[in-house]
Amino acid sequence: MTDAALRSTPTAMIALFRRKRMVAFSLPALILAYFVYVFLAFDLPGIAARARLDNAAILVNDFWNYKTHVTRDNRNGAVTVAIEGEAKGAYPSGQLPDWVTQSGGITRINLGQGHVVTYEGAGARYEVPGYGTIAITPEAGKLALSLPPGDVPSWISVSDTRVDVTTDAGRFSVTRNRTEVFRYQPGWELFFFTLDSPYSGLGPLGAVSALWGERIDPTRANIVGMVQDFWTNKMWRHGDVAWALFETVLMAFLGTMGAAIVALPLAFVAAANFTRLRSLRFAMRRVFDFLRGVDGLIWTLILSRAFGPGPLTGALAILLTDTGSFGKMFSEALENIDEKQVEGVGSTGANPMQKARLGVMPQVMPVLLSQVLYYLESNTRSATVIGAIVGGGIGLLLTQAISTQKDWEEVSYYMVLIVLMVMVMDTASGWLRRKLIKGA
Amino acid sequence: MVDTAFGPTPDPHPGGPQAGYLAMVRRRRLYGSVLAILFFALMASGFHLADARNAGGFWQGLHQVFDFPAEVVREAWAKRANLPGLFFKFVPSMIETINIAAVSTLLGGGAAIVLALLSTRGLARWPRLIWVFSRLMDGLRAVPEIVIALVLIFVLGGGPVPAMIAIALHTSGALGKLFSEVAENADLKPVEGLASVGARWGQRMAFGVLPQVAPNWLSYTLLRFEINIRASAILGFVGSGGIGYDLKLAMQWGIGKYDQVIAIFSILFLTIVLFDQLSGHLRERLTKGAHK
Repeated sequence: MTDAALRSTPTAMIALFRRKRMVAFSLPALILAYFVYVFLAFDLPGIAARARLDNAAILVNDFWNYKTHVTRDNRNGAVTVAIEGEAKGAYPSGQLPDWVTQSGGITRINLGQGHVVTYEGAGARYEVPGYGTIAITPEAGKLALSLPPGDVPSWISVSDTRVDVTTDAGRFSVTRNRTEVFRYQPGWELFFFTLDSPYSGLGPLGAVSALWGERIDPTRANIVGMVQDFWTNKMWRHGDVAWALFETVLMAFLGTMGAAIVALPLAFVAAANFTRLRSLRFAMRRVFDFLRGVDGLIWTLILSRAFGPGPLTGALAILLTDTGSFGKMFSEALENIDEKQVEGVGSTGANPMQKARLGVMPQVMPVLLSQVLYYLESNTRSATVIGAIVGGGIGLLLTQAISTQKDWEEVSYYMVLIVLMVMVMDTASGWLRRKLIKGA
Repeated sequence: MVDTAFGPTPDPHPGGPQAGYLAMVRRRRLYGSVLAILFFALMASGFHLADARNAGGFWQGLHQVFDFPAEVVREAWAKRANLPGLFFKFVPSMIETINIAAVSTLLGGGAAIVLALLSTRGLARWPRLIWVFSRLMDGLRAVPEIVIALVLIFVLGGGPVPAMIAIALHTSGALGKLFSEVAENADLKPVEGLASVGARWGQRMAFGVLPQVAPNWLSYTLLRFEINIRASAILGFVGSGGIGYDLKLAMQWGIGKYDQVIAIFSILFLTIVLFDQLSGHLRERLTKGAHK
C-alpha cells in the first residue's frame, strides 16, 4: 500500500503541476482572445480613423483659454469687442481693452509680439512680423487680397468669399459681411464679475483693497456688491451652479437615507431569524431583487413620467433602487447577529419591539451605518448621472454645457466642482463613519 | 450628634450607582432623540425642498406613477406577437453593453492591481511615491463616469469606446482602493523569502502577494463587474452605445414603440439579475474557500 502511494505521489504531483501550468497559460490566452474579439466588435480601427483630434485640440485649448472677438460689421462699419462673441460679454463702447484702440474710424488691434491688425475704411490689414503685411480690400463684391511676394503660406487660406489667417497670436478672418479678429488669452474670462459690474477689472489686489476703500457703487457696501455681482454673474451663473450642486447632494441624501428608513423594517421580514414564515421571507427577498434588478435607470425613466424633471424624481429613483440593496444587506446583517443578547432582553419580559430595539439594533447599527454612509458617497456620483437623465442638479448643467460644444471652460469648471463635491462627500462620510462606529 | 460619627460616609451619588447609571442613560436618550428629531426634520425639509424644485409635485404625481407603466404594458400587450422577435433584435446591443462592462472591468482591474501595489505600505516599489499613487486613485474614483464619457464622445465620436474608457478609469480608482486595503493585510513573509533569493519586485508581487490576495481581489472584481453592467447601460442612455442607447431611441419615439421599451426593460432586468446571481454565487465560493 505504501509502495503504491509513494509511487503515485510524484505522478500526481506532476499531473497537478501540469494542470496548474495549463491554467496559468490558458487564462491569459483566453483574456487576450477576448480582447481581440472586442477590438473587432468595438471597431477600434474605425474609431481611430474617426477620432476628431482637432476637437481634442479645441477642448484642451478652451479649458484654460478664452477668446475675445473684435468684430466689424462690414455693412455699417460698427466695431464690437466681445468676450467669446457673446452679448453678455461685450465691452461697453468707450471702455475697450487697452490692446484695441480706436481713433477717427481706424481701429488698431495689437495682438502682441508685433502682430497688429488695422481696420481702416472698408478694408483691413494684418502685419505679421517676419512675413509682411496682408491687406484685404473689398472690390465689386469680391475680396482683393495683397500678400508679400512668394507662395501663399499654409496658415493663410483664401477663397473668393473668405480669407482666414491663423497665427500664434490669434486668428483673423474676413468675409464680405464681417471682419473679425480672435485673440486667445489664458484664464477663465470674467469669472468673478461681468463687464457690466462696476467691480470688473479691479484685479485680485484691487478687489481686496476695495473692501476697505470707498464705495464704488454708492448704493451698496463694496463687500455686499461684490458678493451680489459674483453670485449673479451672467456668464458663469455661480448662484445657479451652487444650487445645482446642492440639488445633487440633496438627491443623494434623501435617496440614501429614505432607502435606509424604508429598508430597515422590511429587512426584519426578510431575515430568517425574525420571520419564521418561509413564504413571506421568500416574497420579501424577491421584492428586493426586483427593486435592485430594475435598476436606477429604469426607475428614473418611469418616475420622471409621473413627477416631471427635478431633484425629487432623482431622489425617489435612488430610494427605490437602494431599498433593494439595503434590504438585502440589512437582512444578511440581521441573520448574522448573536442570539444571546436578544434572549437576554427577552428573559426580562420585553415585547418583540423592545427586543428589536435593545437586543438587535445595538449589534447591527455599526454595520448598517457604515453601509449607508458608503452608499451616500457613491450615490452622490449616481445623482450626477441621474440628474443628467431627469434634468436636475449639476448633471443637467454639465450635459447642457457639453451639448453646446463651445463652452468648454464651463465644462471644466463643472468637472472640477463635481470632483470636489464627490471628494468632500467621501471625506465627510468617512469621517462620520469612523466617528459613529467608534462611538457605538 | 455622636451617632453620626459611626454612620456611613456620605454618598457622592445620592441614590447609589444605579441613579448615576440611570442619569447617564437618560442623557444618552436625550442626545439620541435630539439627533433623531434633527435628522427627521432635515429629511422632511429636504423632501419638501426637492418637491418644490421639481417640475411636478409629489402628491399630484403619486397617483400617476402607474399611468406610464400601464400605458406601456397595454401597448406591448396589444403587440405581444412582436415581443419574441424584438427580444432577439436587442440581444446584440445587450451583448455590447456587457462587453463594455467586461472590458472596462478587466482593463480597470489590471490598472488597479498596479496602482494598489504601488500605493500599499510595505509593498510599494517606490515608498516615497505612495501618496502620489493613492491621490491618483482618489482622483480617478471621484470623477463620475459620465463626465469622462461625454467629453470623450466629443473627441472620439459615438459608440462603445468612450463609455468603456470612462468606466475603466473609474474602476481602476475604485478597485485600486479596495485592492490596496486587502494587500495591506497580506503576510510579508513570502515576499521576504522571495527577496532573499533575489527576486525582482515584479516577481515578489506575482509569487508572494498575488496568491494571498487573489480570492478577495477576484471577489471585489466580480462585484465591480455587476456595478459596471448597470453603469454601462446608463452611460448608453446618456451618451451612446449598447442597450441604453436603444432604450433612449425607443423612449424618445414614445407611443408606437412601447413594445420595444418593454423588450429592452425585460432583457436588461434579466441580464442584471442573471449576473447578480452568478457573481453572488461565485463570490460566496471564493470567500468561503479562502476561509478554509
